[in-house]
Amino acid sequence: MRRSLVALAACLTLTACGGGTATEKTPGNADATPAGQAASSATLTIWADQKRSDTLKPFAEAFAKENGIKAEVVVVAQNQQQTFVTASQAGKGPDVLVGAHDWIGNLVQNGLIEPIQMTEDRLSGYVDVARRAVTYDGQVYGVPYAVENLALYRNTDLAPEAPKTFDELVATGRKLKEAGRVKEIVGYPVSQQNGQSGDTYHIYPLYTSGGGHLFGTKSNGDPDPADLGVGTPASVAAFEKIAALGEKGAGALKRSFTSDNSAAMFAEGKTAFMVSGPWRLAEVRTAGVKYDVTPVPPFKGGEPARSFVGVQSFFVASKGKNKALAQEFVTNTLASDDVAKALFDAEPRMPALRTALEYASAKDPDVAKFEAAAKDGVPLPAIPQMVAVWQPFNALIHSVVKGDPVEPAVKAAGKAIAEQLGQAG
Amino acid sequence: MTVTHGSGLRPGRRGSGGAASGGGGARPGARRHQTSTRAAGPGSTAATLGRVLALGLIIGVALWAAAPLVSAGNWVGVGIVAVVTAAALYVYLSPRRLPAKYLLPTTLLLLAFQVFPVLYTMSLALTNVGDGHLGTKQEAIAAIEASSVRREAGSAEYRLTVAEKGGALVFLLADPARRRAYAGTEDGLREIGGATLGSGGRVTAAEGYTVLTPAQAAARGDEVGSLAVPVDGGAIRAQGLTRAYEGRATLAYDAGCDCVKGDGRAWRADDEQGRFTAPDGSALPQGWKVGVGWSNLTAAVTNPKINTHFLGVFAWNLFYAVAVVGLTAALGVAAALVLHHPRMRGVRIYRTLIVLPYAMPAFAMLLVWRDMFNTDFGLINRMLGLDVDWLGTPLTARASVLLVQLWLGFPYMFLVATGALQTIPAEYLEAAQVDGASAWQRFRKVTLPLLLLALAPLLVSSFAFNFNNFNGVFLVTAGGPFPSDNPMVGATDLLITYTFRLAFGQQGAQYGLASAISIYVYLIVAVISVIGFRRTRAFKEVS
Repeated sequence: MRRSLVALAACLTLTACGGGTATEKTPGNADATPAGQAASSATLTIWADQKRSDTLKPFAEAFAKENGIKAEVVVVAQNQQQTFVTASQAGKGPDVLVGAHDWIGNLVQNGLIEPIQMTEDRLSGYVDVARRAVTYDGQVYGVPYAVENLALYRNTDLAPEAPKTFDELVATGRKLKEAGRVKEIVGYPVSQQNGQSGDTYHIYPLYTSGGGHLFGTKSNGDPDPADLGVGTPASVAAFEKIAALGEKGAGALKRSFTSDNSAAMFAEGKTAFMVSGPWRLAEVRTAGVKYDVTPVPPFKGGEPARSFVGVQSFFVASKGKNKALAQEFVTNTLASDDVAKALFDAEPRMPALRTALEYASAKDPDVAKFEAAAKDGVPLPAIPQMVAVWQPFNALIHSVVKGDPVEPAVKAAGKAIAEQLGQAG
Repeated sequence: MTVTHGSGLRPGRRGSGGAASGGGGARPGARRHQTSTRAAGPGSTAATLGRVLALGLIIGVALWAAAPLVSAGNWVGVGIVAVVTAAALYVYLSPRRLPAKYLLPTTLLLLAFQVFPVLYTMSLALTNVGDGHLGTKQEAIAAIEASSVRREAGSAEYRLTVAEKGGALVFLLADPARRRAYAGTEDGLREIGGATLGSGGRVTAAEGYTVLTPAQAAARGDEVGSLAVPVDGGAIRAQGLTRAYEGRATLAYDAGCDCVKGDGRAWRADDEQGRFTAPDGSALPQGWKVGVGWSNLTAAVTNPKINTHFLGVFAWNLFYAVAVVGLTAALGVAAALVLHHPRMRGVRIYRTLIVLPYAMPAFAMLLVWRDMFNTDFGLINRMLGLDVDWLGTPLTARASVLLVQLWLGFPYMFLVATGALQTIPAEYLEAAQVDGASAWQRFRKVTLPLLLLALAPLLVSSFAFNFNNFNGVFLVTAGGPFPSDNPMVGATDLLITYTFRLAFGQQGAQYGLASAISIYVYLIVAVISVIGFRRTRAFKEVS
């Protein structure tokens, strides 16, 4: 009983804390802000994922030492964008955030990141697609450091020649399959990891090569949500071409293909081709497959196959406690050649800074191959309206690859996207 | 609403639970009572010591909790800590007030984890909180103005040194191209002589000015950020601590018209929607949080996008929850009966094996099942030599999610049934046997009713859980497969997965709408549970 009394007391007081902190938050939002600003301690907080955090730590420490402040690199492994939004709003966010450029639209509408003013000279030091990606509504919101895009991996033992068109790729793959040398024509991630919804990101090159587009382009370079390309005759034509490769067509695209099992097939030599990004390089190399990387080929007589380009960037948080320091750190230290090289050494992703790109290409020939594949790429739309696209478009991909009638499916997806955009606009 | 529901729920559960354990339950309770009065008796030194320790602990934790609240000036929080501590001391420092000793923590936990979240959800449902509407109007204005400052195209970048003169912040600016130094204040820019330029082209010292160290400048970061040195057609602002640029704020808030002006246009504040809108209907992206009254709650009922598919989803949702409860209970009870049989060998091994799915993290298991259902690479098709598109057609997908949940859920029912079987006195069954009842009759008329006494309340709570089993569906099928003519509602969608997509799939997260919908889901579950618990009491009367 003595023990249970103590346990009860502990449990009780814990409850008290629970109740205390819970109520602290509600009124706190209204009146704690001015009090919080007064207590400014100069600790620069940086949020990054594990790999970036390891690389950035020495730079942050050097910066802190040079400026007589403290710096802390915090690993945020999961759900970084949402965590950042919630924490910033509660006044507990970082000063600097490492993340993907397509967060910009959402973070700007929530007023959580600051524009970064760079001269034209400095901006021209970055590859075009990276510069375009971090520019939103005419303003630069992030300092880019790495570029990622899709390309075609090819097993050079099975297919010595790079296919010029996707039709040629399918023909080669089918021949190999009929000869029993491979199991599948191509490892193409049709489905997301959950296997239950299509993968817009990976299908986009085929969709654009077939003549489709998601959004038009505004005069300032941003995607224009008023000009929706899904549901148009061009998008129906593009999906007809994709359907021809699907389960009731050539059988090259199947809903059971995800990024993981495609990579596994390619690594085991069960397919001669795989569409994926630089994140699979390490895996393919470890597997010991002889490979080459070329741009994703377009349909015969089609438009170029444009892959989405994701640009990893550094952001300055609007609600950070040390904005001036954060701007200083991001525009001078993090934008430096040294950081870009160090980040490349930690993980072989194509650097966004031209000088670091030269360094990387010299060190790793695959970087130049991915750069070539990025040439026709378009930045992943950063506008917040993109959220309305994913679900209907993912479902559409599955319907089409499964072999359902194309036109009604495309029209239905277009209608669903338009409805969602309309409701919010 | 919740309070009545919560307190109405508890006695029901306890009542039937006590009845289930029958006479066996009363004795340990009485013994416990005796022990406690003896150990906590006034004469025992150990009890006194225990009480002193508990007192210290309560006060210690209270102080630990209060300190940050006091420093943050949160007096409401401090008050709550004080009240809770006083109540704890009052209840636990006396050997009497035994019921309160148990009731107090329960009540506090109920308040903290049930009542508060529900009230908070309800308060959120009355606002437009969501992406683009998170903060206050002031924050939105600040964000709009800050992001509207644009660099003058082709303008030079200055090298900045933050300095001070008579306490006021001064920007010492060096133009590297022309090797000239300027001092910039709120009044404007003026050239200064006698400045020393460092190796980086920055001013390192200037007569009459105190150069601040980076740490000093950082401590005055807010001032550095807000200082704009007016120059022709714009202003020079700091970009970090060592660079400055010439730019122009293209948007500015005008309190006179309560609007944001710029580029020859005006966006008027719309305090009903919480954003700045122009006459042509366009709006600035940064909005703020406003109360929207009942509109989220009515939208869930009147908005055709939400309610068109409601009935279909609801029907499947109901079927899913009932089927999962029925199947898991049937399999769990069957397994328990088999292992309860006196002639059964290796009972321990079987029990361990059966409980395994329950012991494994459901989250990971759901993902494993999902991959096992893959048409071309999944274990199920490969092992059985099938080519079934498990998660791709409505019927098989529904069967799949049921199967997965059956596998995950039956060990729990098995455990409970095993426990309940031990409490059924063997004499009842022997008496039935003597009366000439067949094995089936004995099960049907004696074992099952007694088992149900223990199981029925758990079946109701299992129903409530599975009605909202987000993980069980979302991680396996993500609500799919989706019919090609309607990509918004899938064959396995539960209300909770369907509304999750509605609330978070449009313009980012819409917490207000999500809260409103979750209130409806909550009401549905509450009504069904209340009916369920009524039925449970009916069982009790049978016995």
